[in-house]
Amino acid sequence: MKEMILLLVSTALVNNVVLSQFLGICPFLGVSKKTKTAVGMGSAVIFVVTVASAVASLIYNFILVPTELEYMKTIVFIAVIAALVQLVEMILKKFIPSLYKALGVYLPLITTNCCVLGVALLNVQNSYNFLESVINGLGTSIGFCISIVLMSGIRERIEENDIPHVLKGSPILLITAGLMAIAFCGFAGLI
Amino acid sequence: MNKCTERLYNGLVKENPTLVLMLGMCPTLAVTTSAINGLGMGLSTTAVLVMSNLMISALRKIIPDKVRMPAFIVIVASFVTIVELLVKGFLPSLNDSLGIYIPLIVVNCIILGRAEAYASKNPVLPSIFDGIGMGLGFTCSLTMIGLIREIIGAGTAFGAQILPDGYEPFSIFVMAPGAFFVLAILTAIQNKLKLKSATNGDAPKGAEVLACGGNCAECVGETCAKNRTILEQKRDEAEAKKADAKASAAKAFPENADPKAKEGGDKS
Repeated sequence: MKEMILLLVSTALVNNVVLSQFLGICPFLGVSKKTKTAVGMGSAVIFVVTVASAVASLIYNFILVPTELEYMKTIVFIAVIAALVQLVEMILKKFIPSLYKALGVYLPLITTNCCVLGVALLNVQNSYNFLESVINGLGTSIGFCISIVLMSGIRERIEENDIPHVLKGSPILLITAGLMAIAFCGFAGLI
Repeated sequence: MNKCTERLYNGLVKENPTLVLMLGMCPTLAVTTSAINGLGMGLSTTAVLVMSNLMISALRKIIPDKVRMPAFIVIVASFVTIVELLVKGFLPSLNDSLGIYIPLIVVNCIILGRAEAYASKNPVLPSIFDGIGMGLGFTCSLTMIGLIREIIGAGTAFGAQILPDGYEPFSIFVMAPGAFFVLAILTAIQNKLKLKSATNGDAPKGAEVLACGGNCAECVGETCAKNRTILEQKRDEAEAKKADAKASAAKAFPENADPKAKEGGDKS
């Protein structure tokens, strides 16, 4: 149990997926304009990454390993993720329309988010078992959610500020992300 | 043949994927801790890009329009697996330092972007050159970022010591935050020189003005080009409006204001 909690904290904060591993930078910079949309994207990612890491782990351990097709993992995982996102979208639309409405356009966008595939591949690389894979997926996506929500809060403030002309647009965003990354380095002493 | 060299120029300079289109940010930031890593990542991506452009262009009339995205992804994933196995077999040290980012080439938006925007509409030869041009543009910018980070962060270039021993390296530049700072400075320079980029200039505030809604996650490259035309149109409109305002304000002195107003009108 203790190891699971440690894994959760270390993936969510210490090895933050966006700020120290650079996965999912595109939505991090693209969808963080407003806190509301950032929360929507973050929760959609938590949902999909957790389910995807569970499914990918099952497929790898029970189909690819026995048939000795491990080298096919990239192709299989990306196909699984694309299909899964589609499936999740249909199921939510049918059974939980309120959640579907809340996640809205963010669901289909997640296929192109590299942190989904990244987590599935990292689970294989670190040879995590099923439970560890799910925890790793959950922790990673919580880390993504934390950083994108923080970023959107800062961006809403930046809008009001007087920024030098050359830094307008993406430079100031990247500098903000850099400062956040320095702050997250502080968590390194946590474990 | 002329078209092919034009594609090379387009990829290297005019639509440089990293510095102008701002695509493929994840590997750009993650693997550029040293120049050699940037070069390795760039060349692996180039190989995948050229092969997938070739394949997609050759199959463009066979793949049905409705399932083109899944088809493209499977083609790209196959080539990525080939490159991954080759790197693992022949360049084990590069494989160790790039690690998970080699299989992640699959979700690099440059590759799907070029497949969607160019290779699926054009014949094989220009598509190959488009892949080479875009790939080399990506490689050059990655190597450049890697070189800057390596020199400042470790005092070396391609592994060889170039700064004097007394130099105290800023190790933060080879760590995660440094990647963001270097890219921020490069884009700021680009803004200062008013070179073209997807993000510089005064983008209109309303998200609905941009073709992609300002949403990079959805972007497949092509939209950037659309955005640029929209922004250019907006600018021209604004200029024309300004000229009109000037003309009407200066009605009292028509002989002074007229030529300028005409120029503005012609542009739009």
